[in-house]
Amino acid sequence: MLRLSLGLVTVFAFSVIIFSTFSFLPGDFATEILGQSATKSAVKALRAELGLDKPPVTRYFDWLGNVFQGDFGSSFSGRSKVQGDQGDRSREVVGLIVPRLKNTLFLTGVAAMLAIPLSLILGISAALYRNSYYDRSATGVSLVTVSSPEFFTAYIFILLLATLFPVFPTISNVDEASTLAERFYRTALPVFTLTLITMGHMMRMTRSAIINILSSEYIEMAKLSGASRYEVIVKHALPNAWAPISQVIAINLAYMLIGSVVVEYVFNYQGIGRLMVGSVYNRDLPVVQACALIFASTYVILNLIADLIGIISNPRLLYPK
Amino acid sequence: MTLNKSKELLLEMKNIHIDGFSDERWHKILKGVDLTLHRGEILGLIGESGAGKSTMGKAAMGYTQPGCKIVKGEINFNGIDLAKLTEFEKRKIWGTKISYVAQSAAASFNPAHRLMDQTISAANRLKINPTDVLKKDAVQLYESLQLPDAENIGDRYPHQVSGGQLQRIMTAMAMSPRPELIIFDEPTTALDVTTQVEVLSAMRSIVDKFNTAAIYITHDLAVVAQMADRIKVLRYGEEVEEAETRDMLSNPKEEYTKSLWSVRSLIKPEETNKDYMLSIKNIDAAYGSSKVLHNVSINIPKGKTVAIVGESGSGKSTTARVITGLLPQLKGEIIFDGKKLSPKLEQRSKEELRRIQIIFQMPDTAMNPRQTVDEIIGRPIEFYQGIKGKKREAKVIELLKMIELDENFLDRLPSELSGGQKQRICIARALAANPDLIICDEVTSALDQIVQEGILKLLQKLQKELGVTYIFITHDIATVKAISDEIVVMYQGEVVEQGLKSKILNPPYPDYTELLLSSVPEMDPDWLTNLLNKRSS
Repeated sequence: MLRLSLGLVTVFAFSVIIFSTFSFLPGDFATEILGQSATKSAVKALRAELGLDKPPVTRYFDWLGNVFQGDFGSSFSGRSKVQGDQGDRSREVVGLIVPRLKNTLFLTGVAAMLAIPLSLILGISAALYRNSYYDRSATGVSLVTVSSPEFFTAYIFILLLATLFPVFPTISNVDEASTLAERFYRTALPVFTLTLITMGHMMRMTRSAIINILSSEYIEMAKLSGASRYEVIVKHALPNAWAPISQVIAINLAYMLIGSVVVEYVFNYQGIGRLMVGSVYNRDLPVVQACALIFASTYVILNLIADLIGIISNPRLLYPK
Repeated sequence: MTLNKSKELLLEMKNIHIDGFSDERWHKILKGVDLTLHRGEILGLIGESGAGKSTMGKAAMGYTQPGCKIVKGEINFNGIDLAKLTEFEKRKIWGTKISYVAQSAAASFNPAHRLMDQTISAANRLKINPTDVLKKDAVQLYESLQLPDAENIGDRYPHQVSGGQLQRIMTAMAMSPRPELIIFDEPTTALDVTTQVEVLSAMRSIVDKFNTAAIYITHDLAVVAQMADRIKVLRYGEEVEEAETRDMLSNPKEEYTKSLWSVRSLIKPEETNKDYMLSIKNIDAAYGSSKVLHNVSINIPKGKTVAIVGESGSGKSTTARVITGLLPQLKGEIIFDGKKLSPKLEQRSKEELRRIQIIFQMPDTAMNPRQTVDEIIGRPIEFYQGIKGKKREAKVIELLKMIELDENFLDRLPSELSGGQKQRICIARALAANPDLIICDEVTSALDQIVQEGILKLLQKLQKELGVTYIFITHDIATVKAISDEIVVMYQGEVVEQGLKSKILNPPYPDYTELLLSSVPEMDPDWLTNLLNKRSS
């Protein structure tokens, strides 16, 4: 409960930071759209229309109140620019974000489902055969993948799997009409990229968490009571390693989500990351704020889940004395 | 404990050589030790740490710790040479034919599993009896080991039961598959004396009941005398001597064995002093919301040694923390040399800090591993007395001489010192402040008997030369007898009694003091039997 409320406080603090950061950015949507030569009165009129003339604190609470009701406001762009044009083409932020959020979640979800089991298996087996050639090459390769930036990894994949051996498309454009198979096919390269950049870290941490536990006395005791190597790792070491492992997974899933900003851009994938980059460029505050808030809350939620797993897997916390 | 047990050979270890790898090279840990054990017999393996007794015990299973290897030797168990078996074949013997009881039960149980599951895991591997039969049997074992609530204790997790209970559950776990041999590796060393008695008697009766052979490893002679039919003494990886328990106790042959016996003969005449160095009055203290000291009052006479005894949780170390100001008291006052000390460490003057020093139980963790001896001892000299440079070095060497070491130690790191040397350096560090009162918190309990004796003698010598006052916190009554003038007995955060050594150690006793004193093992193989008879009557 305490953790949950702490999580809420964190999200709230984030919302303040996000809102104030964007408020302090030089220039706003009005100056951006009307250009340098705009008259002061025109800028003022547009600001009044968008509500930018109100003091920041009032705007913040208006925004926050609406967010609580699921209303992230309207996007600035697409609204009527010419006075007298009655057709208001502005779009609800929610309507703008939801389909893209779905896309991003699809992308990171698939990548996570690939990366987590793979890195657990690799990490556990590396711990099992510690200091073997297998272990050394696995940890070595993972170090390389962790250290390369995601755009670099992405371009390597494009070079290998799209240019030299044209197996997958370089552009991952999907729309509502795409079938599931089509989606898998088109998102293969960004999924690989995200998997690779997060797997190394997860695998290495799993390995070291398990090796750390292998030196404890109860492991020697397990060996002396005749437990096999497999049993020692899976039955005796792993249950005590869930807490550190789930923390690493949470961090990496969050990292994956953030990494998707770059990866979506490279592969021209219609996800929330791309939307955010575009909106920052346009000073489209409502959209940027909404995206940032989504990123922040995902981060908090993932960490909450990791903490929860840590508690559930530890009898000391679950069953007090 | 009868001597006429069957003479059928169970285990025969011949000419065991084991090497261990550390500091970039191989060291010899065991240099050709033999060992024989018959069915139903208990062999005591004793020696100081580093003697190789634990390595020998594990080798009896054909097991060596990572970084160690069996170089030479035969381990014939029931006619099979364990040294020649593969890991896979040995696993069929481990836990089922030979089981192992470790020193620290708290660290040796997997925190993630329930006790019952761990108790029957080895027997389960045999696939002879179904799980529910094994569970019933385990409950019976718990009962015969006198565990409370035997029916349900197995549903708990390791952190939910006490250390003494865990040690008995581990014995049940070892007994569950009905092994032919159990290795007890210092099973009671981490326990309080009062708990130790219970665990010892439980282990002895269950080993007797199933006529299981056992190797009992310990550094405590009085304990091994209660358990073993025969005793083997090891030193530096070699056998010193072996004999039937009664012969060995009454008539040790080798000089070294005799010296093990003599440690407890250190005696100091008591003296007291009406002039108090320190008095604490009506102290209450708490960690968070749990109160651990209740109305504690103690007087420490100047230039004398006061021993505070009690089992773990009695508040002895907390009292030390209050005196040093690490844990400000809630109530009561501390008078030091006629002046009131402020409860908080931050509010005490540098001079007050200098005059009270503390030496800790674990010299390993009490020293910065990256500082040399010169830095460790030199810093308090510079900090409290402002002596620098050449003078400081001279002072450090003077202190080293006082603790019977020399200037060759100046550049050594703690990792290059033995346990006893480390504790000496810690003593020198306390002395460097030129204190009036030194609090010794279990300073000898991590050390071997012979090393203990050296440290205790050193502390006495220093008291004679410098007139320093000691508060000696310990749970070891032998140490108390050796060093103290006055004794304070503590139990559950309260002072049971305080008085001269002769008064406290002789009847009439308050109930708790009686329990505590009678639980201290004596060098008499019948001690435990007699004690249990007396207590049950």
